[in-house]
Amino acid sequence: MSIGSIPLRYKVSIDPEQCMLCGRCVDNCSYGVYRMEGDKIRINSRNCVACHRCTAFCPRDAISIHEKPTDYRSHPVWTRKIRENIFNQAKTGKIILAGMGNALPWPMIFDRLVLDACQVTNPSIDPLREPMELRTYLGKKPASLTLLESKKGDVELLTKLTPNLQIETPIMIGHMSYGAISLPAQQALARAVSRTGTFMGTGEGGLHESLYPYQKNIIVQVASGRFGVDINYLERGAAIEIKIGQGAKPGIGGHLPGEKICADVACTRMIPEGSDAISPTPHHDIYSIEDLKQLVRSLKEATEWKKPVFVKIAAVHNVAAIAAGVARSSADAVVIDGFRGGTGAAPVVFRDHVGIPIEAAIASVDAKLRSQGIRNEVSVIASGGIRQSADVAKIICLGADAVYIGTAALVAMGCRVCGTCNRGVCAWGIATQKPELTQRLDPETNAVQVENLIHGWTLELAELMGAAGINSIESLRGNRDRLRGYMLDEGLLNVLDVKTIGA
Amino acid sequence: MSTVTIDAKNLHYTPLNQRIRQEVEKGAKEIVINNVLGQRFIGDGLRGDGVTITVNGVPGGDLAMFMSGPTIIVHGNADHAPGNTMDKGMVVIHGSAGDAVAHSMGGGRIYVRDNIGYRGGIHMKRYLEKRPVLVVGGSARAFLGESMAGGIIIVLGLNGARPFAEQGVGSGIHGGEIFVRGPVDDLCLGNGSRQAPVTDEQKEMIRPIIEDFARSFGIDPASLLASEYTRIAATSARPFASKYT
Repeated sequence: MSIGSIPLRYKVSIDPEQCMLCGRCVDNCSYGVYRMEGDKIRINSRNCVACHRCTAFCPRDAISIHEKPTDYRSHPVWTRKIRENIFNQAKTGKIILAGMGNALPWPMIFDRLVLDACQVTNPSIDPLREPMELRTYLGKKPASLTLLESKKGDVELLTKLTPNLQIETPIMIGHMSYGAISLPAQQALARAVSRTGTFMGTGEGGLHESLYPYQKNIIVQVASGRFGVDINYLERGAAIEIKIGQGAKPGIGGHLPGEKICADVACTRMIPEGSDAISPTPHHDIYSIEDLKQLVRSLKEATEWKKPVFVKIAAVHNVAAIAAGVARSSADAVVIDGFRGGTGAAPVVFRDHVGIPIEAAIASVDAKLRSQGIRNEVSVIASGGIRQSADVAKIICLGADAVYIGTAALVAMGCRVCGTCNRGVCAWGIATQKPELTQRLDPETNAVQVENLIHGWTLELAELMGAAGINSIESLRGNRDRLRGYMLDEGLLNVLDVKTIGA
Repeated sequence: MSTVTIDAKNLHYTPLNQRIRQEVEKGAKEIVINNVLGQRFIGDGLRGDGVTITVNGVPGGDLAMFMSGPTIIVHGNADHAPGNTMDKGMVVIHGSAGDAVAHSMGGGRIYVRDNIGYRGGIHMKRYLEKRPVLVVGGSARAFLGESMAGGIIIVLGLNGARPFAEQGVGSGIHGGEIFVRGPVDDLCLGNGSRQAPVTDEQKEMIRPIIEDFARSFGIDPASLLASEYTRIAATSARPFASKYT
């Protein structure tokens, strides 16, 4: 007996009173929901992923999309998703892939943390009146300074400083490769970061030449596949990031399927068109923490010690000890990618079940580095699940120097978090390489949207700081006294080193 | 053109590389480095078409990493991953080399006179005319050509060495070709690779490479060219296409 068809995930309907048969829904849907038959629009709801491209471009608001029109027998253990995954694997016998980040309803620590504000005893600061210092420097800081004072009274700095990245707001855009996202999407992000004084990452997809004008604001990535990596690429980057792991799929590599390797992606990655781009699970020249040091130093040596080198690891159980090892590898910053981090494609079992939340990871990494007296050796960048300015403020209080955002920047370009990036037919032109879809993005319009988002969050961050009586981000960093836990258990409060509300 | 000689005795790799870069910038075409003893990263990220660097001694790991252009000739053994992510140029090793030789190499040539360690030619890749080549005179350890995405590996099994007698050859290979002098036991083949005797056309393709290798070490190529070869390549350019839903 076959399993038969599973209940519809979404039910799409068009109000005939409103519809004027303009056909925009037919043109815009890349998943094949609509087709025009004579003077009727036929709907195949089964193909719908709720990406809202059709509703966004329907001039009459005629389209309605209802989620889960047919209920399964409700059951707290055998959820809809669990049952549907079993149906899928019973039919295919394969590993289930999906896009975006963790889709299980794990408790959100960010939403159980509240921020502080001044009342009476010390005055809050008005950012309209007072300067708020949001500039951050990423990279090694010397443990001490040696100064030489001349007889005239001039002071000379004898300590040799290592290169740092100067960011005007602690919000950067994380590594999303050309291949995972489209070129216009990368171009929009590049324009946005260059105008807001911050940085974006290339991901492991090389650096397309149309991004060269923005290279001063681009961090180039070296991952296990070494795609697109040569000396020109390393020299163009403002910094170099070694990707060891990713929050969406800790412990495994990546496979960009051949369908997404068009001529231009092939050129940027320096691999043949149409072949799979396979990033091995580990870096095969890094089998130990000593080997990591060798790769960090090889990158510095290749670029004559002029660029900071970051190391990105996924937030896993022993993240603090691993980060302490990274801090001793000559790396300038460690990026911690939490288990809510997004991806173009990952096995669902990894995306949803492997790794730990960024809040706990950052707090424990910061505490470990401080306890070992090496917090100055590396900057700490938080990534994976940063949704709003409040999350930025909270994670900085827990010890981060800056954050990477990914999904939030894509949402600013139209992404509706439908979670089907892996299929490569993104109707918004973001997670696809099909020219008819990628041309839906306009790098300039979308750059302005991303720029607006960064600007808005930065303003909110300044307001939050001012309200807390803080005028420099340096004073917010690791400032756990500005946080209180609301209904968090004692064990987690201890890990976060945060008091409960009321205490 | 005069030869520049650098004494690497007690010299850390950073000042050594700085010195090499300076000499290349000044126009040196022949650089000889004496007393090399474990310095890593020699020629790391170095450009310079037509520049030849002779290394006398034993260089440390990641020799010629990211290198784009020069030729490095080593009179001695080399450590871990010579030619790592190399782009262009040539490395000739008059001795043996460690693990992960030619790791992720995207272009250029590496000739190793004797043996190499594990994972030789791992994840080598090719793009258009850039086609990396690794030739090993002696034998290779396990996982030769693992995850290989492009390029050519040739293992000759000279001096009585078997080309290899270990598992995992071409494990996860999805591009490129591995040529082995003599027969290969099927048990040595890794996941996703298959073997076939070399065709005349393929033999012609590798002939100039073998001749060049033999010339580099003063070996008579006649017996090498007369031998039978086995070609190991991917069963598919999309080995994992059927793994996911």
